Amino acid sequence: MHLSGTPLHIPDGFLSPVVSIIGWAIALAIIVIALRQTRLQLGERQVPLMGVLAAFIFAAQAINFPIAAGTSGHLLGGALAAIVMGPWAATLIMTAVIAMQGLLFQDGGLLAMGWNILNMGVFTAFAGYAGYASLRRLIGEGPRSRLAAAFAGAWLSVMVGAIATAFELALSGTSPLRAALPAMAGVHALIGLGEGIITTGAVGLLEVTRPEVIRAGEEAPGRLGAAFTLGGLSLALVVAVLSPLASASPDGLEFVAERQGFLRSALEPPFKLLPDYTLPLVRNEVLTTILAVLLGTLVVFALAWLVGRGAVRREHARES
Amino acid sequence: MHFDLTDAYRPRKSAIHRLDPRVKLVVALLYILTTVAMPDGEWEAFGLLQIVALAFAWRSNLGPFYAFRRAFIALPFILAALPIPFLMPGPTVWTMPVVGWGVSAPGLVRFLSILLRTWLAVQAGILLSATTRLPEILWALSVLRVPATLVSIIGFMYRYIFILADEAVRMLRARSARSPKATGPSRPSLLWQGRMAGMMVGSLFLRSLERSERVYEAMLSRGYAGQVRMLQAFHMGRGDWLALLMAGVLLAVPVGLMLIR
Repeated sequence: MHLSGTPLHIPDGFLSPVVSIIGWAIALAIIVIALRQTRLQLGERQVPLMGVLAAFIFAAQAINFPIAAGTSGHLLGGALAAIVMGPWAATLIMTAVIAMQGLLFQDGGLLAMGWNILNMGVFTAFAGYAGYASLRRLIGEGPRSRLAAAFAGAWLSVMVGAIATAFELALSGTSPLRAALPAMAGVHALIGLGEGIITTGAVGLLEVTRPEVIRAGEEAPGRLGAAFTLGGLSLALVVAVLSPLASASPDGLEFVAERQGFLRSALEPPFKLLPDYTLPLVRNEVLTTILAVLLGTLVVFALAWLVGRGAVRREHARES
Repeated sequence: MHFDLTDAYRPRKSAIHRLDPRVKLVVALLYILTTVAMPDGEWEAFGLLQIVALAFAWRSNLGPFYAFRRAFIALPFILAALPIPFLMPGPTVWTMPVVGWGVSAPGLVRFLSILLRTWLAVQAGILLSATTRLPEILWALSVLRVPATLVSIIGFMYRYIFILADEAVRMLRARSARSPKATGPSRPSLLWQGRMAGMMVGSLFLRSLERSERVYEAMLSRGYAGQVRMLQAFHMGRGDWLALLMAGVLLAVPVGLMLIR
């Protein structure tokens, strides 16, 4: 069942012990905060509601649609959970999902679970929420604006999770950053579109049938905190990468320093997939990818903004 | 799509099944930690660790190769490490025919070591969940200071994954009954199919939300006051301590071998 198109569940053996334990420490700290926040939000409903919704995300990941050549698109769910329940509750829901997948189905390792929780739970929830909430503010009110924002948020959530995974693999010396980062970012830029479409479909249905459910999610705690937390987490990730810790695993980031000539040909496939992903002016592949991802994010958000804005205008025109 | 959801627990009568879940959890984590921390190219140590895993599987009455065979599930991820043999500097041992990419010796050693580490570590997880019921693992987690609310949430989730997965499967079956595969120009667009999948997810969410409300009310009427209590309790007996000690010794052998060399 879990032959998913999203290779984000890191098994044990791919992350070095130090990296794994750091991941667990960060994940546990965030889980403790999330437990307090959702307790405030839900009171004693916390356990039954979070438990059933975690089971829901687990089951929803089975609902797929065929894409091409035997692959199919399905949901990761972090962004959807964050939109309907708020980012802190989504963090807990995704934590439970990942714990279950690791404990019961060996989908993702036990020692690596800290990072799996961060990648697929925390980063997706907060990135999805931050993208959704900021676009909502930019576009303004209206049902269409919510759908556009949901799409952009879901796309961003997958991208952030994938990029974080590439960094962790590089830190552990199991996959050189200049190969892993473009590959992960390239593939997940496409997978993210699927996530965006499914999330939009789900949010659209909820908006028509139970609008009060979505409004409850928007009033959940952590609205203002989402962008802030995401910023902090990304900063921590960058610091971790640039810190001496990186050189503690000697063959981590720099063991591919040579072989530039080879690299260009090795990186060909992901770039061909998305030809506009290389900026010819910049030499360094990692920097190129980061710039390309930023650019891609801007494009997705700008498109979502235009679509949402246009829809809102039309609605206003109809009213007046 | 085939949705095969079966519990990983395999009931057997064995000494390992009867062990305190805390012992099994700690030993599995120690085994994974030992494996993951083992340096590249320690083939003898990897071999010994594999023998330990086979011995545990055999003592669990699952058949010695139970976990060994199932460990392939983590293999797709090895794609992530595929660039290593090509990108790591060192003497070239083999050149790929058509494209002319060179495989370096240290890169190959590192790649194989990652493969072996993953293969071994996954076996520990498989054995843990095959010999220990999930509620027992959760109990062990809560005793070992994992936040109790989180453990309760996971425990709750465990009760409902099978129900909601059934619900999802029914929806998928209904979809394929209503919409046989259309080919040619009449085939609906990907975007449309994706949106339909999203709507199914949305309606599954509503059903789940309503179910959680019913569950909560049922719990209230049975005296729930915000705390989930567990009836299970294990006590560490002599056999449990002995098993912990033995596992420690077994894991110390490959580590010692690695240090001596």
